[in-house]
Amino acid sequence: MKRGLTLAWLLFLASVPLWLDNLYILHVLIMTGIFVIAAMSLNLLLGYTGQLSLGHVAFFGIGAYVSSLTTLGFSVHLLPDWQVSADPKPVWFGMLLGTVVAGLFGWAIGRLAFKVRGAYFVIVTISFAEVIRLVALNWVELTQGPMALNNIPYLRLGIPEVFEVAFLRKPANYYLVLAVGILCYIIIRRLVKSRAGRAMIALRENEPLASSVGVDVTRYLVLATVVSAAMAGAAGTLYAHYVRIVDPDVFLFIYTVTMVIMVISGGKGTLAGPVVGGIIFGLLPEVLRSARVPPEMQWVVYGVLMILVVYFLPQGIVPAVRDWWLSRRAADAPDVPAEATTKAASR
Amino acid sequence: MSQSPASAELIVKDLTIRFGGLTAVEGMTFEVNRGEVLSLIGPNGAGKTSAFNAITGYIQANGGSMTYQGTLLNGLKPNQIAELGLVRTFQKTSVFMGQTVLDNVLHGLHLVSKQRPLAIIFGLPSVAREEMELAAEAHRILGFVGLSGRADWAASSLPYGELRLLEVAIALAAKPKLLLLDEPVSGMNPSETASFMKILAEIRKLDITVLLVEHDMKMVMGVSDRVVCLNQGKIIANGSPAEIQGNPEVIRAYLGERYVRAQG
Repeated sequence: MKRGLTLAWLLFLASVPLWLDNLYILHVLIMTGIFVIAAMSLNLLLGYTGQLSLGHVAFFGIGAYVSSLTTLGFSVHLLPDWQVSADPKPVWFGMLLGTVVAGLFGWAIGRLAFKVRGAYFVIVTISFAEVIRLVALNWVELTQGPMALNNIPYLRLGIPEVFEVAFLRKPANYYLVLAVGILCYIIIRRLVKSRAGRAMIALRENEPLASSVGVDVTRYLVLATVVSAAMAGAAGTLYAHYVRIVDPDVFLFIYTVTMVIMVISGGKGTLAGPVVGGIIFGLLPEVLRSARVPPEMQWVVYGVLMILVVYFLPQGIVPAVRDWWLSRRAADAPDVPAEATTKAASR
Repeated sequence: MSQSPASAELIVKDLTIRFGGLTAVEGMTFEVNRGEVLSLIGPNGAGKTSAFNAITGYIQANGGSMTYQGTLLNGLKPNQIAELGLVRTFQKTSVFMGQTVLDNVLHGLHLVSKQRPLAIIFGLPSVAREEMELAAEAHRILGFVGLSGRADWAASSLPYGELRLLEVAIALAAKPKLLLLDEPVSGMNPSETASFMKILAEIRKLDITVLLVEHDMKMVMGVSDRVVCLNQGKIIANGSPAEIQGNPEVIRAYLGERYVRAQG
């Protein structure tokens, strides 16, 4: 039944561009999808290893900038008389490079920050994001600073002049984001249901016990950071080649906060949590706008809803729904109290 | 280590641990021989758990050496020590509370599992195959400690005695050669303690050496091959249970009244 539900859900998502002819809504869905990918990547760190990265948007922005610069080409003076320039590369290569570079930054941050965990990790990640933002803002020769990188090429896949798919229009971009999203979901799912994911969960739940059975703390935290950063970077490359303009505002703190809200309200440490949270908090501002709620009220509603979710469903929406579903099913079983059913099932 | 007997598995020599100005363990020297059950006893604050923590890498020793089968343990991290085959349990009940009982044991099987990150990400069939083997092994270990019926329970819903069994199951999953148990039966009732002693006897049959810290004298005298008695950070006696019971210094320092009560 679970498999059927997943399939139905996927078919529904894949069918959206076929019946939805409002391009603005499709645009909102694409942006939501990009944010869902970023939220899923954050969930791997926050939900499974328990480490809060409050600079997660840095990886997103690094992916966007690296991919843009690779595909636009650049010429920059590293020393007064030493100029480094690069010719434009194909977009697929830029996206791959953006993902890899974001992953490398994740590795560096992981190595650096996991010597000092908890609150220090939060501080290191915030500082890191701020430094990267200032670099993007001030290294005008490379990044154009606040003038932004313009005319970023869109993705083309296939053999030039024989068969090529151009990801210029919205439906194509929708499918691209959907495909990357599904890929990221599958990778995270495989990771958390394996030795690596169990090690991460073990560290989150009880670090001394985890190391007593041989779990290498640093190794698995760094693995989680690398995968998480690379996925956030991939989301950034999708953003860059879809919106086709990137400025230092992609590093704004509010984006990290949005990702954290998506993860926590959806249910951290669950696979579906960031997807549900991401869809709700990605679409909500648009739903409110179309309901003619004045802009000032939109953010108030947004905030109140967030507080309600965190207050009444501290575990998040997905675990709450799951518990409710399980208890309802247990209650439906005739004449056997809920507790006894679970016990009997386990015997 | 030529001067040590060939059968010595773990050699602790002149171990000294200080917390600020307080000396918790001073010049502690003892050996654990292959295949034996050695108990470390002593009054509260005698330095038993500190010694345990130093051997397993949770705190750094201020002096002395700890050698496991020729490998110096000083400075190694807990997970590296676990890889050598030294696996411990904790004095304060320590399981993965939010997980199911089965998942707890699966966490313990970390070192048995051989999956590499890339193999996991690409979803290679070897990973799926190993997952099934791991689950079977976890069920087998749960059966061994008598928790078969609890596999799907949340660890947090287990009664206290079973939580302590789960701790042992997690440690056993890590395939120890030397198992260090820190007060495994504290808080257990007599019948739980008795069944725990049976499990300990089964563990011995698996060719696992056991280093035990325990206050329950009935248990210590019943299961130990040798007993080392600590008082105020120093070893005051080292011998068979019978010798320890007859040692006047031990009786004065620690056993005295308590043991008489246990005998009664």
